[in-house]
Amino acid sequence: MDYSQFLAMKQEIGLLVVFVLIFLNDTFLPARAQGSIGKICVLLFGLFTAWGLAMGLCPEACSHDAVLAFSGMYETSPVILNIKNILNVGALIVMIQGLRWADQEMIRIRRGEFYELLLITLFGMYLMISARHFLLFIIGLETASLPLAAMVAFDKHRYESHEAAVKYILTAVFSSAIFLMGLSFVYGLTGSLYFSKIGAAVAAGSGIDLVGLIIALAFVISGMGFKLSLVPFHLWTADVYQGAPTPVTSYLSVISKGSAAFAFLVILWQVFGEIYSEAWEWMLYALIIITITVGNLFAIRQRNMKRFLAFSSISQAGYIMLGVIAFNNMGLSALMYYILVYIFSNLAAFGVIGAIENATGKVSMDNYNGLYKTNPRLAFTMMLAMFSLAGIPPFAGFFSKFFIFTSAINQGSVAIYILVLIALINTIISLYYYLLVVKAMFINQEDGGIASFRSACSERVAMWICVAGIIFLGIVSCFYNHLLTIAGA
Amino acid sequence: MEITMIYYLVPALIMFCCGVYGFITRKNMIAMLISLELMLNAVDINFVVFNRYLFPGQLEGMMFTLFAIAIAAAETALAIAIIINLYRAAKNINASDLTQLKH
Repeated sequence: MDYSQFLAMKQEIGLLVVFVLIFLNDTFLPARAQGSIGKICVLLFGLFTAWGLAMGLCPEACSHDAVLAFSGMYETSPVILNIKNILNVGALIVMIQGLRWADQEMIRIRRGEFYELLLITLFGMYLMISARHFLLFIIGLETASLPLAAMVAFDKHRYESHEAAVKYILTAVFSSAIFLMGLSFVYGLTGSLYFSKIGAAVAAGSGIDLVGLIIALAFVISGMGFKLSLVPFHLWTADVYQGAPTPVTSYLSVISKGSAAFAFLVILWQVFGEIYSEAWEWMLYALIIITITVGNLFAIRQRNMKRFLAFSSISQAGYIMLGVIAFNNMGLSALMYYILVYIFSNLAAFGVIGAIENATGKVSMDNYNGLYKTNPRLAFTMMLAMFSLAGIPPFAGFFSKFFIFTSAINQGSVAIYILVLIALINTIISLYYYLLVVKAMFINQEDGGIASFRSACSERVAMWICVAGIIFLGIVSCFYNHLLTIAGA
Repeated sequence: MEITMIYYLVPALIMFCCGVYGFITRKNMIAMLISLELMLNAVDINFVVFNRYLFPGQLEGMMFTLFAIAIAAAETALAIAIIINLYRAAKNINASDLTQLKH
């Protein structure tokens, strides 16, 4: 075996080094120094993120083609490097947000575990994104979703956390079982688990039962649909988001969803690309319409902020899928850009929710009445996040929606025009409920009971990063151009 | 009588459907977990049978099954741990009583 293949896995190895260092620190650091474990983790992971960004942005890296390792089971390319960088940035913001939460009395004794589990789930997502063989993919998927269940159950003293964790683990295992069932039929029909070989067998088409393949594909899509919380596989989302600790919720809603979306894109394009118009264009078409619509309509009547953002993230997942159905290079770049922008906007919203929850323990939308009077900066950050999620022009969310709609329209068929029109109408509906939050904060007069408070330094840093992202990602065009260049190459 | 592939695939499919049915109808969480195991084991049978009958020259399906068994064990261990935690908090593992997260 050629051991130099491991050099292709630079990012995975770097992440493992960070994990081992944190683990050793957590185990052997004297008790009085345990308080710094979160800061050490943020520092090490920040260095790792910066290293990844330097690799992704330097021009030599862009000229490299895809590198296959381990006889084609693992692939790395500029696109994969950049999507990992995007996830890194999001995970770093989540870590910074979590510092204050992990410092609480009940969490303090095992706060190291939070960072270790977070790094391991990220490792699983790396494998998911890079895998070109379904065995490696499944290992990555489970490495990503099992520690997440432990993270959801992290608040041992809160009953809701346990209930959310049970719901999460049972649906996660159920969805993997469905996914594996589909996979077993794909294997029976094509005789391989390599993405490229399955793709080649499907393209050759000789002796493959198309109906059987479509049924197998339906299983695969519903298995991934659970992970992405597409309607009708979304029922776990709201409960899990509400019950989980707020940093874990933000991690679930952006990083977990972003990596699953990208892996979904790779599977559909590389493995089933040949039966795009026969099979999955129409499945995805229906899924997108009901996902966006149901997510929007249910979000309107939520009063708990975390539940509200859960339904908002369901409808955002529908918009993300528009980049997959586009089936062209612009769709790939638009999907990456959408995930990047979504990370910043959603994490800004969760940053505000987490700060208010840590200070006062209140998460209901009614408590946000008159927030502008008591905490103007928090209210302003929340307003920017809502504007960006809704897609109001100067902010990044407008551009990400614009690019993802354009990429879908470039696909060319009339049916997709109608799909984009439905998505546009839904954007207007979503404007209503995003602005409900803004109205509560700025216009509603009665006092919601949140006194003026000063949020912790770490929370403010995380929110500043998110606000900078929301404002600059849209109007500074080099971010999108960079993604378009590497996706087109 | 020759035993063909269908003699394995049909029981595997029945097992899978029993698992789905049990997961949806059972209220006890341990029973739900058992149903999930049924589903995962049906998948394992499928992989092994396809490998043995259709592609006897390779080992991909067998290897996949080995890993799938290990992953299923990890899933069960974690799920049991979480259910025990829930039992300590609520003194109850009845799925229909877990309704606090509603609004």
